[in-house]
Amino acid sequence: MNIAEYKDIYVFCEERENKIHDSSLELLGEAVRLVKDRPSLNYKVVGVVIGDHSDELAKMAGHYGADKVIFLHNEKLKHYSTEIYTELFMDLIKNDKPDIILIPATVLGRDLAPRIAARCDTGLTADATKLDFDPENKESALLYVTRPAFGGNLFGTIINETKRPQMTTIRPGVMEPVHRDPERDFQFDKREVSIDHIEDKVKLIEVLQKDNMAVDITKADIILSGGRGIGDNFHVLEECAKMIGAEVGASRGAVDKGFIGKDHQVGQTGKTVRPKVYIACGISGAVQHLAGMEKSDYIIAINKDPDAAIFSVANIGLVGDALEILPLLTEEIRLYRERPY
Amino acid sequence: MNFDLSPKQAMMQKLFREFAINEVEPIAAEVDEEERFPEETVKKMSEIGMLGIPFESKYGGGDGDNLSYILAVEELSKVCGTTGVIVSAHTSLACNPIYTYGTEEQRQKYLIPLASGQKLGAFGLTEPNAGTDAAMQQTVAVDEGDHYRINGTKIFITNGGYADTYVVFAMTDKAKGNRGISAFIMEKDMEGFSIGKTEHKLGIKGSSTTELIFKDVMVPKENLLGPEGKGFMIAMSTLDGGRIGIAAQALGIAQGALDQAVKYTKERKQFGRPISAFQNTQFTIADLQTKIDAARLLVYRAAYMKDMNRNYSSEAAMAKLFASEVAMEVTTKSIQLHGGYGYTRDYPVERMFRDAKITEIYEGTSEVQKMVIASKILR
Amino acid sequence: MNILVLLKQVPDTTEMKIDKEKGTLIREGVPTITNPDDLAGMEVALRLKDKYGAKVTAVTMGPPQAENMLRELYAMGADHAVLLTDRKFSGADTWATSNTLAAFIKQVDFDLIIAGRQAIDGDTAQVGPQTAEKLGLPQISYVDDVLEFSKEKIVVKKALENNYEVLECSLPCVITTLSTIAKPRYMRVMGISHAFEKDITIKTFDDLNIDPAIIGLKGSPTKVKKTFTKEVHSNSDILHLDGKASARKVAEILMDMNFIGK
Repeated sequence: MNIAEYKDIYVFCEERENKIHDSSLELLGEAVRLVKDRPSLNYKVVGVVIGDHSDELAKMAGHYGADKVIFLHNEKLKHYSTEIYTELFMDLIKNDKPDIILIPATVLGRDLAPRIAARCDTGLTADATKLDFDPENKESALLYVTRPAFGGNLFGTIINETKRPQMTTIRPGVMEPVHRDPERDFQFDKREVSIDHIEDKVKLIEVLQKDNMAVDITKADIILSGGRGIGDNFHVLEECAKMIGAEVGASRGAVDKGFIGKDHQVGQTGKTVRPKVYIACGISGAVQHLAGMEKSDYIIAINKDPDAAIFSVANIGLVGDALEILPLLTEEIRLYRERPY
Repeated sequence: MNFDLSPKQAMMQKLFREFAINEVEPIAAEVDEEERFPEETVKKMSEIGMLGIPFESKYGGGDGDNLSYILAVEELSKVCGTTGVIVSAHTSLACNPIYTYGTEEQRQKYLIPLASGQKLGAFGLTEPNAGTDAAMQQTVAVDEGDHYRINGTKIFITNGGYADTYVVFAMTDKAKGNRGISAFIMEKDMEGFSIGKTEHKLGIKGSSTTELIFKDVMVPKENLLGPEGKGFMIAMSTLDGGRIGIAAQALGIAQGALDQAVKYTKERKQFGRPISAFQNTQFTIADLQTKIDAARLLVYRAAYMKDMNRNYSSEAAMAKLFASEVAMEVTTKSIQLHGGYGYTRDYPVERMFRDAKITEIYEGTSEVQKMVIASKILR
Repeated sequence: MNILVLLKQVPDTTEMKIDKEKGTLIREGVPTITNPDDLAGMEVALRLKDKYGAKVTAVTMGPPQAENMLRELYAMGADHAVLLTDRKFSGADTWATSNTLAAFIKQVDFDLIIAGRQAIDGDTAQVGPQTAEKLGLPQISYVDDVLEFSKEKIVVKKALENNYEVLECSLPCVITTLSTIAKPRYMRVMGISHAFEKDITIKTFDDLNIDPAIIGLKGSPTKVKKTFTKEVHSNSDILHLDGKASARKVAEILMDMNFIGK
C-alpha cells in the first residue's frame, strides 16, 4: 500500500426524506474546515452520494462545500443495502484512493462504515467528536481523531498510521455545516454503476412507522430534562414541560431504568442538543451527559446535592428537590398565563 | 477455616441482590402501606427457583446449599422484611420437614410443587394457648381408620392466607403429653379447613398472618408426616432450621437499615457539612456495622453447620438471638441518624424498625433461644 | 439449530471515576458486568432456544476473568461457553478483534450469530459488522425484535431513527441487538448450582490458526495516541432557596427570555 497515492477527504452523504441528511452536511462542513486548515495538502472535499436519487439531491453536496460530488447512480438502488453499498464503496476506494472517509454515525452509517473498513482492512474510529491533522507535522495528512470512550468518561485520540483510507464516523449534531451556497462551483461526477453482480441476502419486507413519531429534541428551544433523581415520576416533568413549551430530555441513567424512552436521551450515547435553555432536573451531571448538552446557551440545574457536577456547567444552580419545584413552576406559569391583564 | 463465600455462593448472592433491588425494593413501601401480600413477587421468585433453594432438583429444588438459601433471605430482607419471611417460612418450615421426615410418596406429591414454587407452604404449630409452651396442643386429631379427624385452631400462621400446603401439628394421644403430638400435611382445599382472622400487625405488614380453623377436617392416613407421636420432635427440629432463616431476616433488616442511614448521613447537611463528617455519627455507624458483621458470622456459621449435617441447634439459637437484638438496635439508631425525616413514611427506616421487632419473637422468642443455648452448655 | 452469541465483559462505566490528576480512569473497584446490548442478545438467543429448541453458545474474547461472566451465562441457560484468551489477542482494536473472533467461528457450526450492537466501554458498534465481514456473512444491525426464525431464514424488525424496517435474511447471518430488544432473564438458582461444573472451552492463539500480524495490539490499524479526561469548569451561581422561591426564579428566567408569552 502506497499511502502517498491516497488523497482527498470523502464524505458519505446519506439521503433521508429526499434530501441529504443534516448529519452529512455537517461532515461536509467539517471536511471543508480540515482542508482549509492544511492547505499544503491541497486536498479536495468529495461528497459521495449513492442511490436512485435525482441529480438535484446529489448536487446539494456541492452547495454545502463539496469540491466534487461523486454520484453512484442506479435506478434499482431504491433502498440502503449493506452489501451493495459496501461493494460500491470498495470499487470507489480501489479506483479513487480516498485518503480520508467521513461517515455520519447514524444507524445507516454505523452499519455501513465498519463493513467497508473490514472489507478493505483499514482502521475505523467511531463517534469522533474532534478531528485535526497531525499537529506536530504541518505536511502530514494523518488524522488525529478524538472520541469518547467508557461511556464518555474518558477521551482518546486515535490515529491510523499504516492503513488507508483513514475512516471515521461522526455523531450528528457535533460538527457544523457551512452555509448553503447554490452558486458554488464544483465538479459533478455522475457514474452509472452496475449492481446486478452483487448478491444481497437481506431483503426489505416493509417499512413501519414508529407509534409515536420519534421525538426530535434536537430542534427544541427549551429542554426540560430529568435524571435518575426524577425516578419514575416523569409525568411531573412532562406536565411542566407542556406548560413552559419545552421538549422533555433525559439522562442515560433515567433511560436505562426505563423511566422514559431512548428518544429523549441526551448525552454521549444519546442526542447532542444546543437549545436556548436547558433545565437539568435531578441530573448529577456525569461527563457523558454534559457532552450532550454543555453547548446549550443557558443552563439551569436543579439538584438536591449541592456538589453535583451539573452545577459546574450551569449558569444558575438551584439546590432543592426537582419533584417539589417543578409542580410549583407549573403553577407559577399557569397563574401567569391566566392573569386577567 | 474459610470466611469467604465460594464462587457459587457469591454468584447466588449476586442474583438475589439484583432481584431484591429490581423487583422487591420498588414495591416494598406499598406492600407495607397496603398490607398487601406480594403475590407477583412470589411468582417471579418461583420462576428463578428461589422457593426451594436448598433442595435437590429431583424434588423441584435448586440444588443449592443452606448458606445460599440464607443469602436469599438476607438480600430480600435488606429491602423488604415481608418478602424475606415469606421465603423463610415457606422453605424452612414447610418444605424442610416434608423433605426430612416425609416418605418418598409425600416428597413426590408435596415437596416437588413446593420447592419448585408452584405452591406456597406454611407451618401450623402455634395456638391461642400454645405459644412458647408449644406442647400444650389443643388441636386434636382422632384416628378414624383410614383418616384422622382434625379439630382445632391455629393462630399467627405466616403465609396463612396464601399457602397451598400446611404442615400442621395436632394431639393424637393426650395421655402422652408432648409425645402424643403428631404432624400432618394438609391442603388448603380440604373440607372443613378454613382461614380465620388475618392479623393487623406492627410490622411485616404484607406477610399474611392468619388463624387456621379446622372443623372436622378428614385428613387421609397417608398425610401423617413422620410416625405418630413424633410431631413435637419434628416441630422442634424444624424450628431449629427456621431459626436460621429468621436470623437471616433480622440480619438483612439490620444491614438494610444501616445502608439507608449511611446514604442519608452523606447527603444530609447541617452546620455546613454532611452529618457523616461528625465523629458521633461515624462512631455510631462503626459500632452498628461491627455488630451486624458479628451477627452475619453467627448466621453464616449456623447455615454452614446445617450444610455439614452437624447438630446446629445451639448455633442457630445464638444466631437468631443475637441478630434479632442487633436488628432492633440498628433500626432504632438508623431512625435516630435520620432525625425527624426517619420518623416519616418518606424514608424506609421506620418500616424497617417496625419489621425488626418480630424477629425477637416468632419461631421461638429470644427467651426460648437462651433456653436452648443454656441447656446445651449446662447439661 | 445453533446460535452463537458474542459477548464482552466490560467495566460498569456508570460507576467509573476519573483520576483528575493523571487524566486516566480509576479502574480498581469498578465492577465488571456483561455488556448490556450483548446480554439482551443472549436473552434473544435463549428465547429462540425456548421456542425452537436451538442450542446456544456464548463466545467471548477476553482475559481469564471473563470466565466468570461465562459461568453466569451458563446460569442463565447457555448450553456451551467459549473463551478466546491469549496475551497475543489483547490491545486489539475492533478490526483485530473481529479477525480473532472470525478465526474461531470458522471452526464451528452455526446458523445464527447474535452480537450486541455496541459495548459500553468502546462504544464503537463495529465488532458485530466487522466479524460478519470476515466471515462473509450478511448482517442486520440495530435489531429491535426477532419476528420469525427457521433453519432457512430469519425475519427481524430493525429500528432506525424515525421508523422501523422489517427485513428478511437467509441463514447463516449476523444480527446485532439493542439492549431494548429484550429484558434479560435472571440467572436460575439451579443454573448457578451447576454453572461451575460445566466446561468452558478455552481457545488460545495456538488453537486458532491465525496470522499474528492481524490480531492484538500489534495487528490493530488504529492506535491510541493519547487519552485524557475532560475538564469541567465552574462558573455558576448556586442558590439555596425553598421550593416556591426556586420555582419563581426559573419562571423569571423563562419570562425574561420571552419564552412565556401571554
